[in-house]
This record gives sequence, C-alpha cells and structure tokens, in this order.
Amino acid sequence: MSANGHFVSLQSVTKRFGDLEVLHDINLDVAEHNVVCLIGASGSGKSTLLRCINLLEQIDGGSIVVDGQTITGTKVDVNQLRQKIGIVFQAYNLFPHMTVLQNVTLAPRKALGISRAKAESHARALLRQIGLEEKAHEFPDRLSGGQQQRVAIVRALATGPKLMLLDEITSALDPQLIGEVLELVRELAKSGMTMIIATHEMSFAREVANKVCFLDAGVIHEEGTPEEILSAPREERTRQFLARVLEGGRL
Amino acid sequence: MGQFLHTFFSPLDFLRATPQIWNGFQVNLEVMVVAEAFVLVLALLLAIVRGLPGRAAAPLRGAAILYTDIFRGTPLVLVLYIVLGFATLNYVGLSAETLFTNAVIALTLVYTAYVTEVYRAGIESVHPSQRMAARSLGLSYWQSLRYVVLPQAIRRVVPPLLNDFIGLQKDTALISIIGVTESVTQANIYSSNYFNYAGHTVAAVFFIFLTIPLARFTDHIIRQRERRERAQAF
Ligand SMILES: Nc1ncnc2c1ncn2[C@@H]1O[C@H](COP(=O)(O)OP(=O)(O)O)[C@@H](O)[C@H]1O
Ligand SMILES: [Mg+2]
Repeated sequence: MSANGHFVSLQSVTKRFGDLEVLHDINLDVAEHNVVCLIGASGSGKSTLLRCINLLEQIDGGSIVVDGQTITGTKVDVNQLRQKIGIVFQAYNLFPHMTVLQNVTLAPRKALGISRAKAESHARALLRQIGLEEKAHEFPDRLSGGQQQRVAIVRALATGPKLMLLDEITSALDPQLIGEVLELVRELAKSGMTMIIATHEMSFAREVANKVCFLDAGVIHEEGTPEEILSAPREERTRQFLARVLEGGRL
Repeated sequence: MGQFLHTFFSPLDFLRATPQIWNGFQVNLEVMVVAEAFVLVLALLLAIVRGLPGRAAAPLRGAAILYTDIFRGTPLVLVLYIVLGFATLNYVGLSAETLFTNAVIALTLVYTAYVTEVYRAGIESVHPSQRMAARSLGLSYWQSLRYVVLPQAIRRVVPPLLNDFIGLQKDTALISIIGVTESVTQANIYSSNYFNYAGHTVAAVFFIFLTIPLARFTDHIIRQRERRERAQAF
C-alpha cells in the first residue's frame, strides 16, 4: 500500500518520444483488488501508459508507486519488479520456439530460480484451470489465437504477479474467440487481481471495471465509474469517442 | 584431345596420385574443422557485442564494426601472408614453423568477419516484441538473449552458416601458400614428379564430394523451413 492507500499510484506522469509528448500530467490511482479500464482512440497513449508502469518505457516526469515502492526512482531492480507486474500484449508474443509448457515455465525457472519440477507442476495446474493442459507440449503455432492469448495470460501469471496490465488483449482475435479470453480475465477479476486494462470492449469494461478512464491525446480527459463514463459522459470528447465505438458495433 | 585426357584423367595417374592427395586432404579437413569451431564461437560473441545497447557500449560496438570491415575487405591470400609475417616475429609461441596454427588463425580471422554478419542478421530478424515480452516477465537482458533471441536467431541462419562453411572448406586450399602441406601441395608435388595433372583432378573430386552433402543438407533445411512457413500461413 502506498501512502495514499492505493496499490498503484501515478503522479503527474509525463512521457515524451523525442518532441512528441505522449503522456501529459497523468494522475491515476488504483486500489488493491480493483480493475481500472483505459479507453480511448488508437494513439491516445494507452499502451505507453501500461508500458511505463512495467518500466518497459522510462517516464520523463512525475512518479509511479506500486505496492508502496516508488518504481520510477533510482535503485529499483527492474527484473524483480516485473515479476510482480504481469503484462499481456495484443499480439500475444509467445515464444515460437518453445512449447506452451516451456513458455510458461521460463520466467519462474530462470528469473525466480524455481526448480524445473516445481515450475512445471505449477504451470500444469495453471494450464488445467484454463482447460489447456493437454496442449502443454504443443508449440504456439498449433493453437488458436484465443488459446495463445490465454497461454500468454497464464505465462504472465506464472511468476505470481500482484498486478496485471492487459493491453488490448482481444483486439487481434476473431470475434468468436474473444469470449474465452474475456472469461479468463473475468475470473481473474473475481479472484481479486488488481488490473489495469486497455480495451475497446465497452460492455466488458462496464461489467468488470471499478473505474473507467477516457484517455485522449495523452491526457486523462474524464474518469469515473463505468456508469458515469459509459452511460452519462460529461465531456463532449468522451461522447464523440463512444459514439464512434458504437458505430463500430462494439458496445 | 588425347593429350588433354591423359593430362587430367589418366587412370594410372589417378591410382598413383590418390594416396598422397588423400594424405594432404586430411590436413584440409583438420584445418577446416578447427577453424570452423573457432569461427562459430567467436563470430557469435562479436555479433552479441555489436548488438549491445547503450552509450557505454559504443566503443565495443565500434571495435566490432571495425573488425568486420577490415577482415571482410582484406583478401584471404593477404591475411595468410600477414599472419605468416606476424608468426615470424615469434610472439605468443608462433613461428614460421607453426604451420597448422598459422593457417587456422588466418582462416578464423577472415571467416569470423563473415559469420558475424550472418549471426547479426539473424539476431535482427527476431522481432523486438520477443525481447520485450521476455524482459516484461522479469528476465534480464542476458537471459532474454540466451533463451529467447539467440535460439530463434540461430535457427534462422543455419542455411547461410552452412554456405559460409562450404566457402571455408574450399578456401583451405589456399593455405599451401604459407607452407602447409595439404592436398594442393601434394597435387603440385605429383605434377612436378610425373608431369601429369591428374593429382589436381583427384583433389578437386575430394573437395566436390565434401561439398555436395553440405549443399544438399542446406537445400533440405531451406525447403523444410519453407514448408513449415507455408503451413503456418493457413
Ligand atoms: N516507441 C515509440 N516511439 C515514438 N513514438 C511512439 C512510440 N510508441 C508509441 N508512440 C506514439 O505515442 C502515441 C501513443 O501511442 P500508444 O501508447 O501506442 O497509443 P494507444 O495504445 O492508445 O493506441 C502515438 O502517437 C504513437 O505513435
Ligand atoms: Mg495500444
């Protein structure tokens, strides 16, 4: 817990790529066991925000506190931190030269130093929970997109993270495969996992989020409960964005 | 025509030359295997150095680039003579008599430069998102390289590596110029003794027979990969 009682706290975070300011004065708090959904047009900075929390990108101003630790300060062990913060990407990014089981056990074995036998039995248990234990020895290219993405989620969970960052994890999936992935995220939310989720699935956000943030050009333009943001947005920009998504047939 | 056939394809000379050419060819094989082993390891290290991130590693990257520029640009014949010249200074246990070592050093210097580029292309062909995914799981830079990037990179460069291997194999014929007694030397000895070039034909046949299986194996790997990639596309 950080000083203000939040599990994740971003204070005045700024991020630039060269001259382009991609995140501008971002303030965001996430309570433990809560789910925050980030919505916003493509290019609004959702991915960059998530990557900053995982330290895959360095911020240019402000600070980020996770679980009481200022992760943007000096003397932070990034590798140790990343074991506590799982991230899942739109493109799954499974390791194609490794089997499902090897994908899931790599970080526990090499980063955490857990024995192979232990890591494998834990991985099998996780795979069993998502109904993919019989795929343990398959290579990723033998799995459907939905299965690959679920393996990617399990891979991120295998190091025992306390925070999960999901970056548009259903955007690359065929519509009929989205459900199985969202179901897994739903269960994660029920189990009390703290999550920050960038998504275009508005009905899903409405269902699982404790808070929804609308990002526009690197600024959190509006935030509130799912009801407030998705049903009765105060800001004109938010309304326009939601109308566009609605036209896209996704609400 | 009869003259030509006799000079290069006389059956009697084939029989008479083969044992001594074979003796020489074994030296080619030994040099090839030892040099190739060094090349595979050193080139991988250089390729890794060239890919090191950050400003602090800039001098190292620069040195690696300079190395490949120099030894890709210098003809092997010159490198052989330069190594011989260096050996005559009697540093680090070398001398004009350490023939085998001199030959291995020259071939290793040159082929390491080629193979570094092959490895580097392989490493760069692995999508950055793979490294990012590895790092996001808490693996260190070296662990990501070791377990995620290099295995994929090396798999992809096996065919060009084998091609360079074939080149190295053939270039072992040049080491006769710094005094190594190998198959070409033996063929020259034979031709000056018997005024017949059948020995050179025999040496050529040995090289060809060594190259063919490697070339076929390379083709096989490339075809296999294409099949797999086509299968993935569906
Ligand atoms: N590595 C990068 N270098 C330069 N610009 C980048 C980089 N990554 C993202 N951007 C830019 O930052 C902005 C926000 O991108 P992103 O965070 O990916 O948005 P979103 O995920 O909401 O689509 C975009 O304008 C994008 O072009
Ligand atoms: Mg994005």
